Amino acid sequence: MRIHFKTSYENDIRLFPDRWSFFVYAALVAGAIILPWLLDDFFLGEVTNVLIWAIAGLGLMLLTGQTGQASLGHAAFLALGCYSCIILMEHGVPFLLAFPLAGVITGIFGTLFAIPAVRLHGIYLAIATMALSILADDIIVMLAPWTDGVSGKFAPTITIFGLEIERWTTPDRFYWLVLVVTILCTLAYRNLLRAPLGRAFAAVRDSEVSATAMGVHIAFTKAAAFGLSCAITGLAGALMGFYAGAFNNETFSVVISISLLMMIVIGGLGSIHGAFFGAIIIAFLPQALSMASDTIGGLLGANNVAIPGLETGVFGAILILFIMFEPMGIYGRWLKIRTWFELFPFARKDMFKRQKSYLKTERLR
Amino acid sequence: MDVLQLLVSGLANGCVYGLIALGFVLIYKATEAVNFAQGDLMMLGAFVTLGLTNAEYVGLPFWVAAPLSIALMALIGYLLDLLILRHLSGQSQTSVVILTIAMGFVLRFVAGAIWGHEPQTLHSPLALGDFQVAGVVLGMADMAVIVVTFLLTLFLYQFFQRTRLGLAMQAASQNQMAAYYMGIPVKRVQGMIWGLSGAVAAVAGILFASKGAIDPNAGLLGIKAFAAAVIGGFGSLPGALAGGLIVGVIEPFASRYLAAGYSQVAPYALLLFVLVFRPHGLFSQVRTKKV
Repeated sequence: MRIHFKTSYENDIRLFPDRWSFFVYAALVAGAIILPWLLDDFFLGEVTNVLIWAIAGLGLMLLTGQTGQASLGHAAFLALGCYSCIILMEHGVPFLLAFPLAGVITGIFGTLFAIPAVRLHGIYLAIATMALSILADDIIVMLAPWTDGVSGKFAPTITIFGLEIERWTTPDRFYWLVLVVTILCTLAYRNLLRAPLGRAFAAVRDSEVSATAMGVHIAFTKAAAFGLSCAITGLAGALMGFYAGAFNNETFSVVISISLLMMIVIGGLGSIHGAFFGAIIIAFLPQALSMASDTIGGLLGANNVAIPGLETGVFGAILILFIMFEPMGIYGRWLKIRTWFELFPFARKDMFKRQKSYLKTERLR
Repeated sequence: MDVLQLLVSGLANGCVYGLIALGFVLIYKATEAVNFAQGDLMMLGAFVTLGLTNAEYVGLPFWVAAPLSIALMALIGYLLDLLILRHLSGQSQTSVVILTIAMGFVLRFVAGAIWGHEPQTLHSPLALGDFQVAGVVLGMADMAVIVVTFLLTLFLYQFFQRTRLGLAMQAASQNQMAAYYMGIPVKRVQGMIWGLSGAVAAVAGILFASKGAIDPNAGLLGIKAFAAAVIGGFGSLPGALAGGLIVGVIEPFASRYLAAGYSQVAPYALLLFVLVFRPHGLFSQVRTKKV
């Protein structure tokens, strides 16, 4: 077992608690960089998909996991990021400028939406954001002169310093682009958590009353969380547009919003790892299911066993099991396993026992 | 005449939204959680009735099948609470929200696996015929929906106000621990409310199926019922019905008088509008916080 002996505040907020964990993450990044030489184009595309979902997950994690505001509307912000990046590029703005701008635009819109939304709590916020996500579909159709409505848009080729990046012709370059964005977003997230604002987020999540007592401005903090979360989500949306190649008003439906929220719950709310674990599940589940049903169909002699709705059904069942038996998600399970090994043989079952809690009404606050 | 016709069809649709919203409100009143799967429960109730009634499945007479499926859905609701939701007792609302969304996914998959994804119609005696009053065409199904909804709302309202069980349910939601101290079997009460809302969902499903074809995605109607529940304010039964009627009436008028493309936006725009200006609904129950 490693013991972190902290002698100063600087020690407490280090990015990596010790050399070993720095080494582990460095090895992970190095492995990710050489991945295009190890995998074929199909699986590289899948890994790219995982990374894009992970960025979107980080965005929502900042809001839901860190600040405690459940949002069922992040597909709207994915769409906004996607459309703003690609419309800017169509007007001749270079990618290196259009991409961050898409994040900024989405962030500003997120903050604007937050101004009324910060008054809402719990389910009311979830329903308001869900309404936003449903409206986004219709708004895209209404703004057809800009967005081309139902017929949709095609993502242009990205050019960075004369280097052409396209999802199908140069999947390795696209993968590296996504990887760089992922690492930058993760570092930004991690750094934010050690800054006063990140601490304020956690305070708001744990108790609004005590956060106010500690001098945290609730409305400002929530609006900031919304803005930053939407900015990251917007970046992910732009990448999703490039990954899909073509998109229209139905690409970013409310189902995407719901999947995104479920993804971070399965991964583990409130942890960076959770966003990545969840993204792996959501990106590989359809593949795994189709492989499994092909295998079973092959054994039974029936070819082409397509069961509509199987994907969402299984996804829902997995989610129910996780919420019932492992509310901290995959990351929580991983922590338990790691602790068991680190403390072996002194780990005890009750170490992670949930505290008993009783519900009180929100109506009579 | 045109206006009156739109009003009647809007009221009938609104009653279905109101019935689903009643299910939300029931569960919210007793467990302080929102059941995002209520629309899917309604869909399941409709399919259970269809499975019992239609000749190609079981083929029971409608008036036998309807009470049977209401009882069956009450059992399913109780079992959902017993097997799944009871594990989350006392946990945050957000996890219940996510759990019920996942339950909706599973219910939709199950219904699709059993009854297929093609739209089907219920052979319901309510669906037969329509009559004319003063130039307005009234469908039998529409009238049945309106009458049953009003009776059910009245009954549930009285139930919560007058009976011991109804009061126990309200107490259990307001302060779980205090309710335990008062000798209320909180968990069993919550199971009962889930059963009750399953039965309400079955009624909504039967009425909805009498008005037209159903398929496993019919549960997505639940999203409009949210608008209804929010506009009325979660926690108020008459509010839920009023909200449902408002949403139901706005829809046909919006599609009649607004440009195409803007009309389906109307209920959600209204929802956001209400949330911004009266965050706890028109029939709000929230009082200021005491520390």
